Amino acid sequence: MLFDLFITFFKIGLFTIGGGYAMIPLLQREVVEHKGWLKDEDFLDLMAIAQSAPGVFVVNMSIFVGYRVRGKRGSVACALGAAMPSIIIILAIALFAGSYRDNEIVENVFKGIRPAVIALILTPTIRLASKAGLNKWTWWVPVVTALLIWWIGVSPVWIILAAIVGAILYYILKLRKA
Amino acid sequence: MNGIVIWMKLFWTFFKIGLFGFGGGYGMLSLIQNEVVEKQQWISNAEFTDIVAVSQMTPGPIGINSATYVGFKAIENAGMTRTQAVCGSLLASFSVMLPSFILMLLISAFFMHYKNHRSVQTVLKWLRPVVVGMLAAAVLLLLNEENLGTFSTDNLQLYVSIGLFALAFVATYFWKIGPIKVILLAGLLGGLFYSLI
Repeated sequence: MLFDLFITFFKIGLFTIGGGYAMIPLLQREVVEHKGWLKDEDFLDLMAIAQSAPGVFVVNMSIFVGYRVRGKRGSVACALGAAMPSIIIILAIALFAGSYRDNEIVENVFKGIRPAVIALILTPTIRLASKAGLNKWTWWVPVVTALLIWWIGVSPVWIILAAIVGAILYYILKLRKA
Repeated sequence: MNGIVIWMKLFWTFFKIGLFGFGGGYGMLSLIQNEVVEKQQWISNAEFTDIVAVSQMTPGPIGINSATYVGFKAIENAGMTRTQAVCGSLLASFSVMLPSFILMLLISAFFMHYKNHRSVQTVLKWLRPVVVGMLAAAVLLLLNEENLGTFSTDNLQLYVSIGLFALAFVATYFWKIGPIKVILLAGLLGGLFYSLI
């Protein structure tokens, strides 16, 4: 089981190209659909937590999934698995290939990969939107969140904090009395 | 710099970066630049730009990639052997991950314990739509000239990128093809197309 976690996250780490969010489609496919370790709703909760904590997003996600599935040992297996491909590849570059990014074929391959990775993130966004409990009262929340981050450049951390504070106030004022 | 001091500094610097690096890879970059280039002067600004370029072209998170690279360069530039430089890489990568372990294990334990409490449930219910918005913002932010090619009507790369974007979306959303296969295929198509024209 620990080895299974390690290998799964090694695979995810190996194909996370172009920043932390590129991990989302792989993680959802492997951890939710294939292995059934998490549900879609868990996945959304996990993302909120991993994003609001400091540190490397991919590592945070791995630690959290590992912990849910197999406790502390699971979290170590997942985080090491996710970080290992990075460490091996960068070490290989530092040791052997100074001029690798000048290689034209490598650059051409990545010119093809980059636009595809963006589409890969769009797919789980749509899928998860249907699991986020959106209704006629809440549909605007993702829209405004996206605009604040994309257009105005607000850090997601502040929006998450605002939502947490809002939810706690709502809970104290409305729900606790009921 | 001699002996043990540089190792301790390497550990402490990357521990700090892991602890205060909010906002994902790109948010972390300014912190790394400040600590590693300006304060410690382990690497030059040009070497730092190299890391960013290499990180974009290799798999894995930027935080880990840069820790591995800087750990190597810091020890190498201090005049030690390459074997020691490899140890520097491993130390820096371990140090940047350590705060995540401490914090995430605490949060996980708390979360598992209070998950079903109504207050936590309310918070999660409020957070889910926000997370969907965060993902949508990531897509919008990535639709830039660096990833797609210059936004001009006579740029062939832009049209090819839009085509690959649409194809990758249809492949994953409608045909349910796995992300790894799509990445490999897009890389193959891009490599062949741009190399042949």
